[in-house]
Amino acid sequence: MEEIITKKIDKISFGVTSPAWIKKLAAANVVSPELYDADGYPVEKGLMDLAMGVIDPGLRCKTCGGRMRSCPGHFGYIQLAKPVVHIMYANLIYDLIRSFCFNCGRILMAPEKAETWKAKIDQARKENNVDTLHIIQKSIFSLLKKNHKCHYCGSNIPELVIEKPTTFHEGERRIWPGELRERLEKIPDEDLQVVGIDPQCARPEWHILTMLLVPPITTRPSITLVTGERSEDDLTHKLSDIVRVNQRLMENIAAGAPEIIVEDLWDLLQYHLTTYFDNSVAQVPPARHKTNRPLKTLAQRLKGKEGRIRYNLAGKRVNFCARSVITPDSFMSVDEVGVPTAIAKELTIPERVTEWNIGALKEFIKNGNIYPGAGYVITLESKRKKITEDTKEQVLAELAPGWIVERNIINGDIALFNRQPSLHRMSLMAHKIKVLPSKTLRIHPAVIVPYNADFDGDEMNLHIPQTEEAIAEAEHLMLLDTQIVTPRYGLSVVGEREDVLVGLYNLTKDGAVFDKEDASEFLLASGIQQLPERSAKKGDKEVYSGKDIFSMFLPKGLNYTHEDMKIEDGRLASGTITKTHVGAEEGMLIHYIFTSCSPKIATNFMNQLNLLGLAVVRRYPYTMSMSDLDLSAKATEKIKEIITDGIKETRKIINQYKEGKILPIPGKTEKETREAMILSTLNKLRRPIGEIVEREAKEDNNIVLLTKVGQAGMLNLSQTSAFVGQQALRGKRIHKGYDKRVLPHFTKGDVSPKARGFITHGYGEGMDPIEMFFNSIVGRDSAMDTAMRTPKSGYMQRRLINALQDLRVNYDGTVRDSGHKIVQFTYGDDNIDVSKSDEGEVKVYGKGKSK
Amino acid sequence: MAKENQSDLENDWLKTELPEKTLSDIERFAKEHKLTSAQKEKLITDTKVKYEEMQITPGESVGIIAAQSLGEPGTQMTMRTHHFIGIAELNVTLGLPRIIEVLDLRKEPKTPFMMIYLKSPHGKTRESADKIANRIKQVSLGELAKEISLSMSEFSLSISFDKQELSMHSVSMEEIYESLQKSQKEFKVTKRADTINIEQKVRDIKKLYRLKERIKESVISGAKGITHVLVVERDGEHTIQTFGSNLKSVMQIDEVDETRTITNNIYEVADILGIEAARHVIISEIEKVLTEQGMPVDSRHVHLIGDLMCQTGTPESITRHGITSQKSSVLARASFEIPLKHLVDAAIIGEVDKLTSVVENIMINQPIFVGTGLPDLVVKMKGEKAKPAKLKPSEAQQSPAKQDVSLGKSKEVKEAQSEQSSDAPRAKGASELKIESEQ
Repeated sequence: MEEIITKKIDKISFGVTSPAWIKKLAAANVVSPELYDADGYPVEKGLMDLAMGVIDPGLRCKTCGGRMRSCPGHFGYIQLAKPVVHIMYANLIYDLIRSFCFNCGRILMAPEKAETWKAKIDQARKENNVDTLHIIQKSIFSLLKKNHKCHYCGSNIPELVIEKPTTFHEGERRIWPGELRERLEKIPDEDLQVVGIDPQCARPEWHILTMLLVPPITTRPSITLVTGERSEDDLTHKLSDIVRVNQRLMENIAAGAPEIIVEDLWDLLQYHLTTYFDNSVAQVPPARHKTNRPLKTLAQRLKGKEGRIRYNLAGKRVNFCARSVITPDSFMSVDEVGVPTAIAKELTIPERVTEWNIGALKEFIKNGNIYPGAGYVITLESKRKKITEDTKEQVLAELAPGWIVERNIINGDIALFNRQPSLHRMSLMAHKIKVLPSKTLRIHPAVIVPYNADFDGDEMNLHIPQTEEAIAEAEHLMLLDTQIVTPRYGLSVVGEREDVLVGLYNLTKDGAVFDKEDASEFLLASGIQQLPERSAKKGDKEVYSGKDIFSMFLPKGLNYTHEDMKIEDGRLASGTITKTHVGAEEGMLIHYIFTSCSPKIATNFMNQLNLLGLAVVRRYPYTMSMSDLDLSAKATEKIKEIITDGIKETRKIINQYKEGKILPIPGKTEKETREAMILSTLNKLRRPIGEIVEREAKEDNNIVLLTKVGQAGMLNLSQTSAFVGQQALRGKRIHKGYDKRVLPHFTKGDVSPKARGFITHGYGEGMDPIEMFFNSIVGRDSAMDTAMRTPKSGYMQRRLINALQDLRVNYDGTVRDSGHKIVQFTYGDDNIDVSKSDEGEVKVYGKGKSK
Repeated sequence: MAKENQSDLENDWLKTELPEKTLSDIERFAKEHKLTSAQKEKLITDTKVKYEEMQITPGESVGIIAAQSLGEPGTQMTMRTHHFIGIAELNVTLGLPRIIEVLDLRKEPKTPFMMIYLKSPHGKTRESADKIANRIKQVSLGELAKEISLSMSEFSLSISFDKQELSMHSVSMEEIYESLQKSQKEFKVTKRADTINIEQKVRDIKKLYRLKERIKESVISGAKGITHVLVVERDGEHTIQTFGSNLKSVMQIDEVDETRTITNNIYEVADILGIEAARHVIISEIEKVLTEQGMPVDSRHVHLIGDLMCQTGTPESITRHGITSQKSSVLARASFEIPLKHLVDAAIIGEVDKLTSVVENIMINQPIFVGTGLPDLVVKMKGEKAKPAKLKPSEAQQSPAKQDVSLGKSKEVKEAQSEQSSDAPRAKGASELKIESEQ
């Protein structure tokens, strides 16, 4: 058993590697561009030298003696034949050379002045204010660039030009990195501090490379293709280029080759090193793979969404998770998640054996790989043992408190349930597992709002917390019960919907009474085995009012009024249950029970209401048909009349405009005024027609029922049965298209309602082709808007999260950031947690009054 | 991470006074229901209990909650404004683009907008408001001049004016003359009855052409930048809404009520009225969009964002140039945008990342100091086990999550840890164990 040492990282310091350090770090000197010899064995002093780590099974590391997995890899180094500019520091090198004397190396500034700058830098450093430090640094450099005379030795400083990316010129003369390095070496430590550089971490000459650190083989593993051919990592390719050119350069220098050849090779080495660090430098052609694909070198490995930082470091991948299509199941509890057996069989929880659970855990072991089973046990010596038919007996005999059994998840275990995009914390909530047959994850329809889910093929993720600590936190902080009230505005985000609402509406409708048979069926279905105390006689039958049946579910002693609904002492005295009371995002009743009773009671209440509503709908089902759209001949006539009147009205406006008699609205031209007036006239038609439709609709109209329940709006009905109305595009009537007309069906300059997107038919009756075209224009526009909005708002949220993620409430009640700077003295000025409040306030209900 | 003494922590930060609004609500409720003073007392104590239950927990990551509360409805917001027809209002960017604009702290809003209130007598009638509005509106020479003609032979410009037009904007010839004289020093400006002549000293026709174009744009009267004005009646008062913004000049006009006049340009407000006013504009601009879009978002979240953006005394944007660049941690900055630049810069100045913020700790797999990761656990050990020599700090600092591994290691460790699990509740994240030895 290997020893695991846990330590806490206290801080991470950043700096530049010096040649001396590189030498100390390195386990191998690389001189050969060859990787493997003829037998496929790594060449010594090559890029795959065994001293730099092993990636092949069977070999041992020459440095640490570790094997494939246990050896972490070791650095190597390449001694460069000539110094080369490090591309990342090219601009800094330019600034430094320009700011210090080439002769004596001192800063181009009077000593007193330097002193004041140094004080500024030190101040910023002390305050740990990095941003300010960089700003000061920038201004010093731009200031120093203006000086052309050394204060110390009096030399004249010639103008230095950087020819991007890495070539430096002084007048005509090219300054090679070797000379740059010599100049940088001369700069004394104290002068460096004036420009904000810490000489301990970054001596300027280190920016000119004389030695290159070769990353361990484990960071650039080669892969073996099916054909047995080896494919090397991009970094290895690049490094072998460097080694090859470096060797050639070295040989040429040794052989005393002409300067021009040496300089060409030197530039080539510079090119390879530049692209090794960053293959996307401007003005440098990217190095390419044989297949013409640009190589992914160091900078590319770090950058961007798929880079090391955002993909691997800030984004963690997990085990013990599952993903599947979701389907609704109204017969679970709202805080449950239905997990298919196939998934439950795979997922496990490590449970520590105690004397109290040993019996139960033994059952799991006995089951082995049959569903509620266990795969492995971990002994007191931290040894993992597989449970098989052969080992089962022995494990069962040895099992003792302190062991850990990795058992399958069972009903009641805690799981985290998530749907992407995870836009708020309710996108990841804890549910209790309920193992169910079939293959989809099941979710209660009342909780789809916080997840923003539907069932048209949505998939969701399930995670099983593994430690006691994680399970406890999930259960107490993330369980659905605790998340019902959104911290966004302090109202409930889960609530009843669809048929349940219809059922509850029909149940609590004024005057609704049910006979004993119905009443007992409803109550029994929702788990109550008692009939309401109050009953009435209807004929010779005993009947119960729907409100009384509903009241059976209300907490005892509840007093509440909201709009038309009145609950007195736990009894629904008046009012009908609709979406405003029990629906998601507005359900005030659920919210009130949540805050005044407890989250548990609230979830339980929702569960019961759900079953009750469904029981009622089952008994008194509802449907919809085309006849629900029918209007009487008289009403149709009236609607037509209103529409014709409206069109006449617009004609008047158009005529007024043509005669120039129109009175422009301040700030608008005559044309704009005409458009505005027409649009408002046509929009105004909706109301009288809506009223007619509403008056026409009979009590037994099923769409009207839906609008009363809160599942549909009156607009839906009037658009379907009467007329769709004016189609507005970006706040105006549709006006774009051909010259002076939208469609070729109209004459040029026709601005009548019909020509600009006024739809006189209803969806039920069907639009004519032109109207359908206008309708599609608006539909397409809104689809486009959605498509463009999603990435924009996603980026906005990422920025917000990034800026605000460190803010937290401290023990002293202040809100501070990660640097312990105070942002607010009291959170929101009153310390109220919105998710524990009533719409962000302390509401006064006056409990004290009811006596 | 609070280093305060334990006794100091005793809930003295809890708010015991009810917020003002709640108190006035109670007052009103008492009046409505004619409560006796005893009943009212009871109501107050009951409400206080409720209020205490609503207090936020230390460690709550209020920043993330605020960001989510604003970001989540962002996906539902429209990109475009539906402005309501019939109400003559200027078209102001609202919706998601405006929120992004506020968070970005763009120097110039896409639709700069001012709401100008007038001092009491001037706002009463439309006429007086119109008059002031006309004075505020920027008037360029090009708009005033009847004709600007260029004489090729004399190398001069002659600008003729219409007297009526001038009086409408209450500008006199004298004023135009003076302003031209001041701004065009290299030309000779002369005035006649209703024309102004500009003569060139050096004969250069190209320059003269350029002058003609430039002179058209030069603002003669009104506040520079305000291109449209509109008088709107609000609550029986005539106010002026403008397109374009110039708070400084507008505030200098006597009839303008400078205590209420406001612009939507955050930088302008910060410059002229100070950072608190800028904070107010940020908050009100965001809330304006949210109400217009019908998205309920608690004002606490918007306030937090406003407070953060104005924390340093100058408005900081929520971008890589603003708040994020202020962060003390290298890795936190690198994880957002342009990682290479941040890493390289950090190396030069020898930065040290103290790992105090959230992302770095996620990167290195350590508990974050937010929520249940905030409390430290201090265990007092007694007797044999307390001897530090037997307990290496590295072992003692193990997080409970790793406990099982070390179980079987040595008796001491095992017992120490079983004591820990019985002494202290394991549920709350004991991220770090500090062993206090008795000396």
